[in-house]
Amino acid sequence: MGILSASIAKKVAMALSGLFLVFFLAQHFTINFSSVFSEETFNSWSHFMGTNPLVQFILQPILIFGVVFHFVMGIVLELKNNKARKISYKSYKGNTNSTWASRNMIISGAVILAFLGLHFYDFWVPEIVHKYVESNPADATRYYGELVHKFESPVRTGIYVIAFVLLMFHLWHGFASSFQTMGWNNKFSKAVKGFTKLYAIVIPLGFIIIALYHHFNQISH
Amino acid sequence: MKLTLKIWRQKGADTKGSLQTYPIDGIDGDMSFLEMLDVLNEELIEKGDEPVVFDHDCREGICGSCSLQINGKPHGPQRHTTTCQLHMRSFNDGDTVVIEPFRATAFPVIKDLVVDRSGFDRIQQAGGYVSVNTSGNTIDANATPVEKDNADEAFNSATCIGCGACVAACVNASAMLFTSAKVSQFALLPQGEVEATRRVLNMVEQMDKEGFGACSNTGACFIECPKDISLENIARINREYLKASAEG
Repeated sequence: MGILSASIAKKVAMALSGLFLVFFLAQHFTINFSSVFSEETFNSWSHFMGTNPLVQFILQPILIFGVVFHFVMGIVLELKNNKARKISYKSYKGNTNSTWASRNMIISGAVILAFLGLHFYDFWVPEIVHKYVESNPADATRYYGELVHKFESPVRTGIYVIAFVLLMFHLWHGFASSFQTMGWNNKFSKAVKGFTKLYAIVIPLGFIIIALYHHFNQISH
Repeated sequence: MKLTLKIWRQKGADTKGSLQTYPIDGIDGDMSFLEMLDVLNEELIEKGDEPVVFDHDCREGICGSCSLQINGKPHGPQRHTTTCQLHMRSFNDGDTVVIEPFRATAFPVIKDLVVDRSGFDRIQQAGGYVSVNTSGNTIDANATPVEKDNADEAFNSATCIGCGACVAACVNASAMLFTSAKVSQFALLPQGEVEATRRVLNMVEQMDKEGFGACSNTGACFIECPKDISLENIARINREYLKASAEG
């Protein structure tokens, strides 16, 4: 794999792609959270993201590459790591020296990946079909209705909430860990770690609030 | 003190092993863990059974020979302690103690509780040294001034005894804490600068070749390290590696 042949290089690539996805998540969250406060704002921001050529044809492919790269590299590292201990312990007290989140990034990552499949099926595929296959005329007011409609189902809402909880675990370890992997451990590390932990709770919790808000808002109406 | 020991027994590298149960009595709290195993072995020899094979040498926590995964933790329940310095007062009468070898593909079992840790030697040989010509006019290392903080940190890194607890504790059986300590002890000193680029590249390459896993930053290695080798070493080796890669 050339430049990525060494384990440290793979981990740095994992950290960089992860940081890129963390940045994207903040942007995604900001737009989605606007739907709780203002239908107009959500529609207008979504319309911008859905029609801007820079976002559609440059940023979107980069994002998809980032997701696929992070996933593939995660699997490559997991396979290498599994090979490093073929015979497991009869007694292993992992909980006494490390967090569940840090030891099970592949599990939280796999759940997030499965969720992304559902999420693409729910939003991304219909959006691409709507715009580029059926070539429907642009409608800047359709986004809010489409979002709300998806959260009618309690099962789908529940799946989204579970995925966001796993995202919380994934970010709890991964965000802070990426700085260590890039060799960034200094007097600011404690503050950065604090920020990453806060981010890991606030963003997924915010996504959970959005899903639950739209679900229960429809029930009450 | 009466204990039930469940010990991994394996005749050789190519045979299958299993946990065998050995009841033991008369264990004093002031005995070290290895002395307790000595008592067991005396009993086994008297009965005509084969004694349990385990690694040990200095028995004072500095050689890195002793190992053992005790009740799911490398070197047992006490922090900053090697197995030889672990005392039986850490256990209670009637306890069951599970004793296994350090597990990693790169640490194959030789017999019973003894594993082959020569992979660490090969990582060290790949660059964990400073080349000095012994021509008769060698400059004394102490003649080169070293900033106090760097000298202290380099010393701390150099206290790694290479026991392998970091690998044993890591969910990925990664050797990053060991390798990073061996890189750091030179990276922080002017004497180490000359060979810094090839040192880190060669040592990381050897580490990967040996079949150790990648670092997930779980921090388990640091918690279980008997010498308290810091995770800052891992950040440093990552930095050194990136710098060396850029320099080619």
